Amino acid sequence: MDLFEYQGKQLFARYGIPVSAGDVASTVDEAVRAADAAGYPVVVKAQVQVGGRGKAGGIKLAVSADEVRTHAAAILGMDIKGHVVHRVWVEHASDISEEYYASFTLDRSAKKYLGMLSAQGGVEIETVAEENPDAIARITIDPVDGLREDACRAWVAQAKLSPAATDGAVDILLKLYHAYVDGDADLVEINPLILTPEGKVHALDAKVSLDENARFRHPEWDEFVGLEKTDARELEASEKGLQYVGLDGTVGVIANGAGLAMATCDIVHEVGGRPANFLDIGGGASAQVMANALEVINNDPAVRAIFINIFGGITKGEEVANGIVQALEQVSIASPIVIRLDGTNAEEGRAILSKYESDRLVSRPTMVEAARTAVEMAEARP
Amino acid sequence: MSILVNAETKVIVQGITGGQGKFYALRNRAYGTKVVGGVSPKKAGTDVEGIPVFASVADAVKETGATATMVIVPAAGAAGAVLEAAEAGLALIVVVTEGIPVHDEARFYNQLQRDFPSSRILGPNCPGLLTVGECNIGFIPAEVAKPGGPVGIVSRSGTLTYQALNELAQKGIGVTTCVGIGGDPVPGTSFIDCLSLFEDDAETKAVIMFGEIGGSAEEEAADFIRSKMSKPVVSYIAGVTAPPGKKMGHAGAIVSGSKGTAQAKMEALEAAGVRVATNPTAAGELMADVVRGL
Repeated sequence: MDLFEYQGKQLFARYGIPVSAGDVASTVDEAVRAADAAGYPVVVKAQVQVGGRGKAGGIKLAVSADEVRTHAAAILGMDIKGHVVHRVWVEHASDISEEYYASFTLDRSAKKYLGMLSAQGGVEIETVAEENPDAIARITIDPVDGLREDACRAWVAQAKLSPAATDGAVDILLKLYHAYVDGDADLVEINPLILTPEGKVHALDAKVSLDENARFRHPEWDEFVGLEKTDARELEASEKGLQYVGLDGTVGVIANGAGLAMATCDIVHEVGGRPANFLDIGGGASAQVMANALEVINNDPAVRAIFINIFGGITKGEEVANGIVQALEQVSIASPIVIRLDGTNAEEGRAILSKYESDRLVSRPTMVEAARTAVEMAEARP
Repeated sequence: MSILVNAETKVIVQGITGGQGKFYALRNRAYGTKVVGGVSPKKAGTDVEGIPVFASVADAVKETGATATMVIVPAAGAAGAVLEAAEAGLALIVVVTEGIPVHDEARFYNQLQRDFPSSRILGPNCPGLLTVGECNIGFIPAEVAKPGGPVGIVSRSGTLTYQALNELAQKGIGVTTCVGIGGDPVPGTSFIDCLSLFEDDAETKAVIMFGEIGGSAEEEAADFIRSKMSKPVVSYIAGVTAPPGKKMGHAGAIVSGSKGTAQAKMEALEAAGVRVATNPTAAGELMADVVRGL
């Protein structure tokens, strides 16, 4: 779950990481109130989860309430690379001497944590990594031991920040590590981490991605849920508890198991079509889950055909087929459906489905044939 | 011959008194697996259809001589269950539980590496493993599979594992061991671990490896195959159409920026001499070709 900058900063503040005084606003009036409280000059920043906000005109400096009004009015509702701005973050503008970069994430190869720190902040870290890899100081942290202060200090020294920033950086990095681990984040990133002319170090931006598997021990995350979904289909699917990712094609996909769902999208693509979504209904395909899945797909206006790809494992083919039939009785579906049912008792399952077969509901024995049929059906519809 | 488990492997089930735990414990036993005990602190002294329930893993090991466990407890209790199994000296800890926080996984993986290096974790979020005709720990629908090899299977995805077993069975091809390593970011057992075991297993003559987007385990496996493996490998990588930045069902199935794409993995594997299929069915057909040529 990716947080917006303002949510990330609020989370940082809870771990004692210094951030600028500011507040989130969803109207021009709220923005002015936030600016008055933060103290001028202020920066008005679009809250979208996409890079390049500054270049798109989504980050503006304002020295007065009038300027806040002008900028907030322009930024709210702005479309930045397909992301509509619903909120702005308004904070007191900082004087900047230097810009750094800091982050913690999992190194999946090493199966340990990776901290990255660079004196070259304020730009994309991928660019730094490509053009000047030596400018990034890396530290590998054993999750059992954690990040100790002496190791952190050595890491900061290795990054060659300004000596004035050393103590502040060590303090922030230790707190950021706590935010990463205790906060159950997949990623915490500060870019830029700044040094002010007064010698203070603080977080000017916040990028946080939370581990949804840890939600059971973070009731405070409830306020974040759903806000990050810009895709209405994904919002509906997440409310129904489905594993769904919106794509831009015309063949709606339903499969059981993440691997099979990915493989189903791939095979639609392979035979010349485009999947409209990834949707994993999980292990046992109960009628209710299938009905929910069909409803989400049915509400996607781009869908022209639906491909249901089920491999019966523990759940037997006839149970899956009965689930599909029941679901179809519950939901009225606009698009034709192709079903591929394989695995345990697939023959029995197909026999059940055959009674309901029509030009709107067809069954195919293999993934490839089913994908071809679904793509043909999608293309045949206006 | 086989890898990791065989007809002699004694297995306990942590979480045997839960609905899922009971279902799979009995199902695995019905297949022929030596399910010798279960653990549930509150129900110690009882039994689940003849399988004795113990208060702790240590008790269960002492009484039964088990060497393997299936951890099938809620995500919040998984870290504790894994550490308890390691402390009791179990060699194989199969964690089928899904939804475990990644920091928990990272901690227990590293703790075992350091303090209990002789314990191996398989998973988390894995379907388990099957040595055909001998031992099934977890969810894999084993009935269709034909024993005796010559093919070994290793996969990150559960359903694609089942798919592979089914395709080979339909072609009359046997399987030695089928291992689901799971779709989480910190798998306890890697592709390389399994490939290495298959390379050393006399009965396994060829390997199917199903990968997916995210991380670099497939690229690392490709290096291993090129430098260390003599047996042919057939592969399929799921997630060609996955957009960057989205978790595709599995916590570990995510393309980060330009890293972890299916394309890069397929290229690395092809460069290592692996036959790479564009879909799971085609992988079954490629393997049939390989087996004919053995």
